[in-house]
Amino acid sequence: MLTNYKSTKLLSGSYVLVESLLNKGMNIVFGYPGGQAITIYDALYSYKNELSHILVRHEQGAIHAAQGYARVSGKIGVVIVTSGPGIANTITGIADAMIDSTPIVVISGQVSSDLLGTDAFQEIDVIGITQPITKWTYQIRNANEITWAISRAFYIAKTGRPGPVVLDITKNAQTEQIFYNPVDVNSIRSYVPVPKLNKISLQSAADLINLSKKPFALVGQGVILGNAEKELLNFLKYSDIPAATTMLGLSALPSNEPLNVGMLGMHGNIAANLKTNECDVLIAIGMRFDDRVTGNLNTYAKQAKIIHFDIDPSEINKNVKVDIAILGDVKKTLPALIKLLTKALHTNWRNTFKSLLKQEIKAVIKKEIEPQVGPLKMGEVVHKVSEATEGNAVLVTDVGQNQIIGIRYFKYKQTRSLVTSGGLGTMGFGLPAAIGAKFAAPNRTICLFVGDGGFQMTIQELGTIMQSNIDVKIILLNNNCLGMVRQWQKLFFKERYSETNMDNPNFVQIAAAYGIPGKSVSKREELDVTIHEMLERKGPYLLETKLLQETMVYPMIPVGSCITNILLGNEK
Amino acid sequence: MKNKILYTITIFSENTVGLLNQVAIIFTRRGLNIETLSVSTSALKGIHKFTITTFADEEIIENITKQIDKRVDILKTYYNTDKDLIFQEIALYKVSTPNLLILKSTEDIVRKYNIRILDMTEVWTVLEKTGHYDETQALFSELSAQIGVFQFIRSGRIAITKSNIERLSDMLDSNRN
Repeated sequence: MLTNYKSTKLLSGSYVLVESLLNKGMNIVFGYPGGQAITIYDALYSYKNELSHILVRHEQGAIHAAQGYARVSGKIGVVIVTSGPGIANTITGIADAMIDSTPIVVISGQVSSDLLGTDAFQEIDVIGITQPITKWTYQIRNANEITWAISRAFYIAKTGRPGPVVLDITKNAQTEQIFYNPVDVNSIRSYVPVPKLNKISLQSAADLINLSKKPFALVGQGVILGNAEKELLNFLKYSDIPAATTMLGLSALPSNEPLNVGMLGMHGNIAANLKTNECDVLIAIGMRFDDRVTGNLNTYAKQAKIIHFDIDPSEINKNVKVDIAILGDVKKTLPALIKLLTKALHTNWRNTFKSLLKQEIKAVIKKEIEPQVGPLKMGEVVHKVSEATEGNAVLVTDVGQNQIIGIRYFKYKQTRSLVTSGGLGTMGFGLPAAIGAKFAAPNRTICLFVGDGGFQMTIQELGTIMQSNIDVKIILLNNNCLGMVRQWQKLFFKERYSETNMDNPNFVQIAAAYGIPGKSVSKREELDVTIHEMLERKGPYLLETKLLQETMVYPMIPVGSCITNILLGNEK
Repeated sequence: MKNKILYTITIFSENTVGLLNQVAIIFTRRGLNIETLSVSTSALKGIHKFTITTFADEEIIENITKQIDKRVDILKTYYNTDKDLIFQEIALYKVSTPNLLILKSTEDIVRKYNIRILDMTEVWTVLEKTGHYDETQALFSELSAQIGVFQFIRSGRIAITKSNIERLSDMLDSNRN
């Protein structure tokens, strides 16, 4: 099949769609066929060699896989689904991609345009449903719009602050015969992806930083999305500024970087949170002051002058009032800032972080990752897998305790090493996201940490792993309960454990039924050898670790509390 | 919420299907009522202009203005308070013609409110008044009290700023880097 050519013969809309995807450099899509997508799938059949299609077991699996692919590769994740229930099943993932700024293009089949609005079989109002959770959504009603819409969708999804785009393509548009002529959309007059840098604000920011005695940087995913990891490190080193990351900002800085003082927020590091309320200048870079990071806004960083770097003007003053906003692409604004800075050293200030880390190691970390006696702990499982992969693996997590313990104790050497559902907190995200991550980084080990609750939300994707033989290491942290909810019930609901216990199946047998080898471990002395068996084996593997129901994640800042109100688990 | 005052949001957009929904859901998320809404073409060809009024505090207005502005097909969004604007509404009143005729002072009321009479039959008369909300409301109250009103309708606010040109041209110019 010829690709990327200007056609002189007529092609159906579906062929034009696939040609347009190839023209955009795509070589993989995730999806699930159905009645109103069948002609697209017929076209995919002709392009098997150029465009791989990963057949999932549920459309939610397709969208999360595309998210995992996009997060690790930095490219756009593409999903193809049918109308009605097909697109409806992707909604959670679209919302997840929106709140976590992940570039996704979802293509959904739709009933023929003459049937729109008639409650036709498998018709839903895709535009109405997806508008609140997409960056752009568009219904293609005739084949002539396909190349334009695909190009515009890719442009919007990837530029500025990335996000999901939905293209709903009617059956008649899929079948109409047209000439394929590639279109390249690279500007839209109503859309300003990167705001202009204000040099006066930048100078004010530089002045503040130059005068600062206790500067502190908060690093978000914006740095990763903007490929500005190097620029960030240059800035931090030049001005000797300690930096903490948000959950999604993890891996923007290597774990062993001395200026990296850990993670912010509800289950973040003690120093990162306490120092937010002690610093004199707070420099937020590509982060959005989520409530899980700030806690009570009335007591958040009131002592500090706040500088906010972001590409999205609507994030400025949304949650936290800032003193200076630097709009623009951090890959450009940070180097521009450095030129205005004087080299600095903040040794004493940086040392104050170290004593807090020692306190956290003693009170929380050591007990969690190196327990000598007693039952297995989540932290030690994560720690051992991280050690065994030497910081080179991609960490994928589900949501809940597995997520928090996973991201707290996994170590990173390179960027784009973490895939997790941050803003939406989508249980069931992990397994399909790990599938997508593997296609984005075929040469890296993909380690998924998942709880028994979330695993069972998308467990059908084991079928996808089986069919496409996807090398994903699944580490199931099984405590036979919804651990994070249980933790809240223990702390704030008088131990009334309402609907958080789970009677679980034999997970190793389930994996075995899909041809996936696995082992269940409950003893400390079996852990190392099983981890090595898992990592040495080519292909997917399920390592189930049996944990006590009573797992608590610390440190913890209760919802709505001041960020200095940190529970360590030793409170009376 | 503190200090809720009436803001007028002016939106310039492309003329594409579904834009009104995109704008409306931003109000819905924040639980804000749209008081009035008017959509029409602007002075610039192919560009539509929304005029929306809502009660809110400034922090919220600033936030939602930016969130509206962020939508791909929105060119520019501004917010203003009444002092920055020349604004107007139009109201139509259908009243009983016999009742209107027995009014002692039809001329007084027409002069006082600067009413136009649009149509008249033996049964009913349609009056038109333009003005601010308070003015059209005052006429409604007076007519209701004296002779009753069969039907009443008031348009959404339309507004222009006190500056010389359509501000969108600034935005379009500034984009040409």
